[in-house]
Amino acid sequence: MRMVTSKMLKQITLFAENKPGRLASATKILSENGINVRAFTIADSGEFGIIRFVVDDADASLRRLRRAGFSVSETKVIGLEMPDTPGALFEISRALSDNDINIDYAYAYTSATPNKAILILQASDLKKAAGLLTELGFHLIESSP
Amino acid sequence: MEYWNPKVERLSAEELKQLQERKLRRVVENAYEYSSFYKKLFAAAGFSPADIRSLEDIQQLPFTRKTDLRDTYPTGMFSVPQSQIVRFHVSSGTTGVPTVVGYTANDIDVWTTCLARSLTACGLGRGDVVQVAYGYGLFTGGLGLHYGVEEIGAAVLPIGAGTTTRQISLMKDLGTTAIACTPSYLLHIGEVAESMNIDIASQTRLRVGILGAEPWSLESRKRIEQNLGIKAYDIYGTSEMSGPLFTECSAQNGIHVWADHFLIEIVDDYGGPVEEGEKGELVVTTLSKEALPLIRYKMGDITSLVWEECECGRTHPRIMRIQGRVDDMIVVRGVNVFPSQIESVLMQIPEVGDHFQIVVDRAGPMDVMAVKIEVTESTLSDRVGALMQLEERVAKQLRDVLMVNAKVELVERGTLPRSSGKSQKVIDLRQI
Repeated sequence: MRMVTSKMLKQITLFAENKPGRLASATKILSENGINVRAFTIADSGEFGIIRFVVDDADASLRRLRRAGFSVSETKVIGLEMPDTPGALFEISRALSDNDINIDYAYAYTSATPNKAILILQASDLKKAAGLLTELGFHLIESSP
Repeated sequence: MEYWNPKVERLSAEELKQLQERKLRRVVENAYEYSSFYKKLFAAAGFSPADIRSLEDIQQLPFTRKTDLRDTYPTGMFSVPQSQIVRFHVSSGTTGVPTVVGYTANDIDVWTTCLARSLTACGLGRGDVVQVAYGYGLFTGGLGLHYGVEEIGAAVLPIGAGTTTRQISLMKDLGTTAIACTPSYLLHIGEVAESMNIDIASQTRLRVGILGAEPWSLESRKRIEQNLGIKAYDIYGTSEMSGPLFTECSAQNGIHVWADHFLIEIVDDYGGPVEEGEKGELVVTTLSKEALPLIRYKMGDITSLVWEECECGRTHPRIMRIQGRVDDMIVVRGVNVFPSQIESVLMQIPEVGDHFQIVVDRAGPMDVMAVKIEVTESTLSDRVGALMQLEERVAKQLRDVLMVNAKVELVERGTLPRSSGKSQKVIDLRQI
């Protein structure tokens, strides 16, 4: 397959022990610094959780959260603008599965552009997935202002 | 200068043992004559000072322990009148009654001389700036090193257990070349420096760490040396022996014990001697101390002793890295576990951060042990599965070494205790 340099989106990954108030204190930092959370998802092991954020200013979020003592890191993900119509998700997931790419996790939010949704995607082979989706004509976003 | 006292530090083993034998006889005679505690102890064992004809005869003497110091609190084991005492130090007593140590002027001199030899062996001397970050006051660490540093003609920065940011800014401003503190505190200083955007390796003159007062592993040493760009030397000594006394030399292969002042035995669980180089409990007899002589004092530390001449040219025997304490040992499901073993495993795994904590509890009739480690930025994955795999991998490596199951728990960074004193590595919640 032809290698395409594809655009990637920065996601903030935050580690939190499973106890009340951790999401609140992290989002408090973001809100105090005027950072807008576009989408987030929580995965947990029972004892700890991984909170993943897509925000309008990833670098500032990382800096602020780190300074406040949170365990945070930056992760590259695919941010994919998709039509908010029947069959769109099917097309994407079929393309990935035909190419033997596994989706590790995904979440979505509706875009400011009418009739568009943003799909956040993490895959077993992120580069290959991004290249494939770009070739299929999808628009990948680099930031979510 | 390579040696503080080349003549004494390079006496042959034979000469040292003759000197020890001569001094031992005098120590035992003095204790018998001037200390009611030792007189009673020897009498109960049917022993008279004349029974000491060779070094080996020491084995006929009963052991002494910290409990003896506590039972005779405050000064029942002293062997000189109060008028000869020039200083007291008192242990914190966190594990029981405090223990009081007294010093004559000569005791302070011997202590200082021992440290002068040791610090010289760590490559320190005139021109160095030594930041003493051990606590001053009743604790022996601060004042002991303070005197030793002055003796070798280096400059001492007596900061004690000051705030960490101050430690770092003074280190930078005064050109500190060596720091004396606990290894976990130095790791903490490294972390704080990083958050202040100061790279200790390139932006300070620090080149030596004199680290002790808690057990630490070779792997921790590797980390400290790599992260901070320094040589980290192990230091040993307890308040009963005077305070910090002995360090490694440039060979970093064991701690030189000054045999003209201290006689070391290593004994097994039953109190019998072990073969040279074998592991056992450290037993100390002081050969020069006047105020509070120790005779066959069981230190509770586990180590081994070698007399083989060191590559640095010093002939005094070396004790190997302290492997743990007899009373630090935790028994989990009948298996002896030392925190130092756990530390050693963890520090070999690059994904594991510098701090850990062991929590032992009981679930029904069973002991359960959890080992908490902090997640680091480089290991923080966005996949839960990857982090759970890390926990499992660490747990497996612990099980392979400890022979007992440990549950590994990732916790947020900065949440495990960092202390400037002995770190609180074990929390035992079992109600027995």
